[in-house]
Amino acid sequence: MIAEKLIAKMTRKKVFPRGIHPNDSKSATCEQPITPLAWPAEVTIPLQQHIGAPASPMVTPRQDVKKGEQIAAAGGFVSAPVHSGVGGKVGPLTTCLVPTGKRVPAVSIKTQSVPSEEQLQAELEEYLSPAGEVRPIGELSPETIIESAQNAGLVGMGGATFPTHVKLKIGPNKTIDTIVINGSECEPFLTADDRLMQQAPSLVVRGLELAMRATGASRGVIAIEDNKRKAIESMRQAVAGKSNLEVAVCMTKYPMGGERQLLPAVLGRVIPTGGLPLDVGVVVLNVATSISLAHAVDRGRPVTHRVLTVTGAVNRPGNFFVPIGTPISWVIEQAGGLRKDAAMVLMGGPMMGVTMPDLSIPVIKGTSGITVLSRSEVRKMDQTACIKCGRCVENCPLKLSPTRIAHAVKMGDLELAESFNLMACCECGCCSYVCPARMPLVQYLKSGKAAVLRKRAAAKAASTK
Amino acid sequence: MNSNVSHDKGQEFSDARTQKIHENAKVLEKIAEASQPEWIVEPGPHLSDKSTTRRLMIDVIVALIPAMAVAVWVFGFNAIRLTGLCLVSCLATEYLFNLIRKRPGTLGDFSAVVTAIILAFSLPPTLPNFAVILGSVAAIAIGKMIFGGLGQNIFNPAMVGRAFLMTAFPVLMTTWVAPVDWKVDSSAPAAVAGENVDAVSQATPLTMLKPGSADRKLPVLRELIIGRTSGSLGETSVVALLLGAVYLLARRTITWHIPLGMLGSAVIFAGIAYMAAPGKFVNPMFHLGAGAMIFGAFYIATDLVSSPLSRKGQLIYGVGCGVLTMVIRQFGTYPEGVMFSILMMNGLAPLITRYTISKPLGGNVRA
Repeated sequence: MIAEKLIAKMTRKKVFPRGIHPNDSKSATCEQPITPLAWPAEVTIPLQQHIGAPASPMVTPRQDVKKGEQIAAAGGFVSAPVHSGVGGKVGPLTTCLVPTGKRVPAVSIKTQSVPSEEQLQAELEEYLSPAGEVRPIGELSPETIIESAQNAGLVGMGGATFPTHVKLKIGPNKTIDTIVINGSECEPFLTADDRLMQQAPSLVVRGLELAMRATGASRGVIAIEDNKRKAIESMRQAVAGKSNLEVAVCMTKYPMGGERQLLPAVLGRVIPTGGLPLDVGVVVLNVATSISLAHAVDRGRPVTHRVLTVTGAVNRPGNFFVPIGTPISWVIEQAGGLRKDAAMVLMGGPMMGVTMPDLSIPVIKGTSGITVLSRSEVRKMDQTACIKCGRCVENCPLKLSPTRIAHAVKMGDLELAESFNLMACCECGCCSYVCPARMPLVQYLKSGKAAVLRKRAAAKAASTK
Repeated sequence: MNSNVSHDKGQEFSDARTQKIHENAKVLEKIAEASQPEWIVEPGPHLSDKSTTRRLMIDVIVALIPAMAVAVWVFGFNAIRLTGLCLVSCLATEYLFNLIRKRPGTLGDFSAVVTAIILAFSLPPTLPNFAVILGSVAAIAIGKMIFGGLGQNIFNPAMVGRAFLMTAFPVLMTTWVAPVDWKVDSSAPAAVAGENVDAVSQATPLTMLKPGSADRKLPVLRELIIGRTSGSLGETSVVALLLGAVYLLARRTITWHIPLGMLGSAVIFAGIAYMAAPGKFVNPMFHLGAGAMIFGAFYIATDLVSSPLSRKGQLIYGVGCGVLTMVIRQFGTYPEGVMFSILMMNGLAPLITRYTISKPLGGNVRA
């Protein structure tokens, strides 16, 4: 740990203490340019792809929708509208599973007048290039920017899917001095953000400047892990000559992309437990979110597509430009289909990704990748009792004691678990990764957190009665 | 005719039946397909590093190979006898316990092997067979299994076994022999188990320090480093033990906190005493090399289960082991104090963990 600090200081790279170094496995796709994905026969667009209230449908069955048309209105302030990325005929209103395991209302659309390959390529090129004529930042009011984000259905595209307009609307007694663009992409296997920074650097910068304008921040930082040399180079060129913007090179370490690790590393600011980056004067945006913000303001383009990595045990791994609502099965088919040894399909990467029980689950705004693990890669579950080696304690980036909390949860003593700071856990999974006894530590912590939240909700309901 | 009809009917019946069976099979297949998830669904993370409990235990066993080799050279057949007996009786005890408790077998985690070897290495080479077996049974049964097996025990199982023998057979446990002289009589070490009449008894370097010791011819440091002195089976050779310790540290099976705390505090303690009264107390480097100090610091005190969780706590725990050892060695009636100091600190380990566990980054969760 001391050696790492020294190296970081000598190379001027940013690092946070503790954490782990899994094999990044990004070489299969980091050199693959983004390619457009052909439209599937049918898309299923969930009406709740974000944190907050579900959106309410604005279309009726058998109605025709155009590409980019709004199909659902936001269900409140902390919510986001939904748009269609394809043109076609609306099918019956249904429900579908989303990656979080919840079943939510959805609109299915049978695609019609499917575009040709050239048209798809042209659309992608437009997505990756800045709008021709843009209004200077100074002419745009913060309200305009936030409204554009809200109308475009913009949510955090790194996976958290928190509505961006809520994040950018700063309360009167808070000040934001810095926007951090999170390009660390610490999750192994995934390269979508890496490709976006290489192929659309000026859009990332434009989004950053818009977010700074919206929040009144004076400083913009783009944080990138040092395993993405080309992205660092292209982003450095894009910020050249802009004195208020900088590229921060971080050491490759998991979970660098977590806000609670990124901000101490890059800015030296520790987010208080239970707080938000907002509490230390920072707003963190993902690379894809930043690009989408630029599109929302400059082109009025809603969030209908996203770039994601399809990798692992598929025949043609790559980075794809995918309409939201496309089923995973179609995406995998376009990536050459599954290899014979495929055993597990994950939405996201192998550390925080969620296993998919069913490949009809659609891509949503927060899907950064689809990772297929082969039989040999799947974690072996030869569990023994905890041998109290303390590795989970040593590696927890939040300085918790996962094994003690997990044992308290296992015994059903939620109060004890809470006294061990259960609720501070960020669920990064470093504890499970290092555990020699192969205990599903983070799983105990997750279920403990869920149980505490249920208990609190029940207590609240009882007190209001 | 009759039979014909019935045959026809049978045919008809069986056709319909076959069809039905086929249909049912299809339905069943579909149900099976639907209910049996095609994909592995489990909680993340889906990657892990290579270390496993078994791997950690095997690392310790590998690290003890040089000490084993020296033990055979110094104490001859007794080294093989003790280690073999401990292994067999420890593994058998654990197997029987699991059988009685109707629990799945746990021999595969290799922790019983480590306990057996550490116990054997901490015994006097001439200890009779029955005592070795009793000590092994005590180590696994009282030291580990009655607490609930691996990970649940408070005290280091090997030290529990040794403490049991120390109380039950104090004379046998303090009878020491001189190293085997291979040149003079190669048959001497082959003194049959339990019948150690031929062995030449000799005080250990630490017993020589105690007042009233018959011979006070202290070995020079070089002898302690190589290990041709009397003492417990595996504790005598500093160089062999350090070789294994380097391996354990390089493999990150153990960290430096406990050994540094224990050895550092012992040297400082002995150094102060030596400077205060050089005539009464011996050079601190002698204390480092003699007895089970090195063996204890790298192999016994570092036992994962019975030491504190936090690194800071491990340092404190190590210091406690070192200081208590020196207190017993210099002021107690026992010549050696490593076993008692580690057992005492084992008892304090949960408390140390409790007071040294760090606050979360960003402060405690507010109620």
